[in-house]
Amino acid sequence: MAKTALAKSDRFQKGSGKWDMVISPQRNLFDLRLGELGHARDLIILFVRRDFVSKYKQTILGPLWYLIQPLLTTITFTVIFGNIAKLPTGGLPQFLFYMSGTVIWTYFANCLSATSETFVSNTSLFGKVYFPRLAVPVSILISNLIAFIIQFGFFLAFMGYFALQGTQLHPNWWVLLTPVLLLMMAGLGLGFGIIVSSVTTKYRDLRFLVQFGVQLVMYVTPVIYSVSSIPPKYQKLIQYNPMSSILETFRFSYLGGGGTVNLGQLAYSFGFMVVVIIIGVVMFNRVEATFMDTV
Amino acid sequence: MSDPVIIVENISKAYRLGQIGSGTLTNDIKVWWAKARGKPNPLLKIGQEELDGETLWALREVSFSVEQGMVLGIIGRNGAGKSTLLKILSRVTAPTTGQIKVKGRIASLLEVGTGFHPELTGRENIYLNGAILGMKRVEVDRKFDEILDFSEVEQFIDTPVKRYSSGMYVRLAFAVAAHLEPEILVVDEVLAVGDAEFQKKCLGKMSDVAGEGRTVLFVSHNMSSILRLTQESIILEKGHLVMRAPSTGAVDYYLSGGNAEAGERIWDTDEVPADAAPFRPIALRILDKAGKIVDTIRSTEAFIIEMEYVLAAPLTGLRIGIYISTARGEYVLTSFDTDDQKRFEKHGSRPAGRYVSGCVLPPDFLNGGRFTLGVNASSYRVRRYFMDEKALTFNVDTSGAPGMQWAEPRPGVLRPRLEWKIEPK
Repeated sequence: MAKTALAKSDRFQKGSGKWDMVISPQRNLFDLRLGELGHARDLIILFVRRDFVSKYKQTILGPLWYLIQPLLTTITFTVIFGNIAKLPTGGLPQFLFYMSGTVIWTYFANCLSATSETFVSNTSLFGKVYFPRLAVPVSILISNLIAFIIQFGFFLAFMGYFALQGTQLHPNWWVLLTPVLLLMMAGLGLGFGIIVSSVTTKYRDLRFLVQFGVQLVMYVTPVIYSVSSIPPKYQKLIQYNPMSSILETFRFSYLGGGGTVNLGQLAYSFGFMVVVIIIGVVMFNRVEATFMDTV
Repeated sequence: MSDPVIIVENISKAYRLGQIGSGTLTNDIKVWWAKARGKPNPLLKIGQEELDGETLWALREVSFSVEQGMVLGIIGRNGAGKSTLLKILSRVTAPTTGQIKVKGRIASLLEVGTGFHPELTGRENIYLNGAILGMKRVEVDRKFDEILDFSEVEQFIDTPVKRYSSGMYVRLAFAVAAHLEPEILVVDEVLAVGDAEFQKKCLGKMSDVAGEGRTVLFVSHNMSSILRLTQESIILEKGHLVMRAPSTGAVDYYLSGGNAEAGERIWDTDEVPADAAPFRPIALRILDKAGKIVDTIRSTEAFIIEMEYVLAAPLTGLRIGIYISTARGEYVLTSFDTDDQKRFEKHGSRPAGRYVSGCVLPPDFLNGGRFTLGVNASSYRVRRYFMDEKALTFNVDTSGAPGMQWAEPRPGVLRPRLEWKIEPK
């Protein structure tokens, strides 16, 4: 039996032998099959739709939640960090300062925590059918991007309101960097997220770490303060955080304060993102092949 | 003969039984750190040996090829490796060794309704499910009306599927699957769902598919559908490919029991009551001392009773019991695998996985005749997961037993070899 099959395959390879797919035990480390991901475009779009449509079904306020969440967080921050703790905001209205931080940070945090659940929460789906697994985390980035755009629009509306009230705001040409900053945040969220999701197939500990770790990391990121307002000895430390320069740049470009633009720092964050993504995608691909046996 | 579109070469798949690692990162680091310093594993209780997960070969060196347009049946008992083979073909998991070469697009149907989201409407789910199964949006667009027609749920198409009856749900799910147009289709036993009429319709659709020159790999326990749909079949037994033949021959071989019917009771998935979960019985066997499955044992030789089962979730306090009773229904004995206090402590809680609980019964024990073997899986005072008091019958042959010089039937269920002493007093 085995012999005939092998003989046949030999004949075949010599003949017209072109195979569309070879299933084998271990793939090359860098055989990432990213091409497949391109073919899964329709699937990604439908996943995004599913997340979007199903998220607020059977809620009274529906998509209004996209606005309520950042609004409540901003109000809380304004009261606690602005009015009670009296953290400096570099002369900017506290509300806008905290809102910009919240909206931007939320995008990164949601990308990270949602992608880190990729394997664990899709076990039944992954166990029954193959499709490029990266479609799931990529669709998460996109659905969160939609939420971000809505929330960011909300922020811009508040900016307009404050400007009409006579507040001096100085949006500048750095706003053109916005797509790059978004890409960097998405990349960092995806990279860290899929590293965590790969490791959680074997060790569930990391799930819990991510759940509250993301909240803690917010405090070592200039979300509720700007780097310039903290003691110099901590500034260096905060700048090792690849998210720091992104937040600082964002805030400076839209509000004209509450941060600085440092191209060197941005380049550092960009490089950081590239490395994290590469490590993440390689690990993800490794785990993908056999994670059904260990989950 | 046309060219092969699938070539399976020496595929093997090993699963590690039992727990993988110690489950948490901190514990694994502790174990690793202790090993690095040459100390014993800190997580093991004193006196416990190192448990290295056993390896189960779900598939062993399986090779075959499938020609274009062929409908190949895959037959085998539970645990024979069918599902593993399908999972590898569908790329859900990778093989341990060997490779499979495939020509053309392959779509697998291991379950209907994969990825259905209860909150989405029927229409939305058709698109989502289609995409998950590998269809492009334009393909679904083109076939949407056909799918709708096939599913018979037209009037509810804009209702969330969580409001569907289970029958409607299955019909919609199968309708999508039935309209896949891959060059190769891999189908598991998905037809077990749905009512009889719908099953017939699905089978009809499948033979249409086959008639269109598409290659289909079809797994089923239902021999009549194997005969109806396939020309050739392969039979898997314990991970090995034992036969490839025209389906009529293969089905005959399978139904006649291959070589493992006697002395073994195998539970098919649909024979296990749903409330047994997370416990799932696989097989109960009687083996002679050489490890061969037998239905007749010699009373003068030891024999082995073995229960194989799967725990889908960890269980605490589980005990696997056997009953032996006579053909008239009197109990001979009851015994549990954790009767021994030490064993109970060691296996008091069992992680999810596949297990075999087995014991050796001594020689010169049972009298000749026919006995019934039953099995029970329970946690004391908590729950009985599964029980089958008449799982299997077996015979005891008394040739060579004590007292055989007298050819009279001997009453009693036991036939021990007792050390008699005869002394003048």
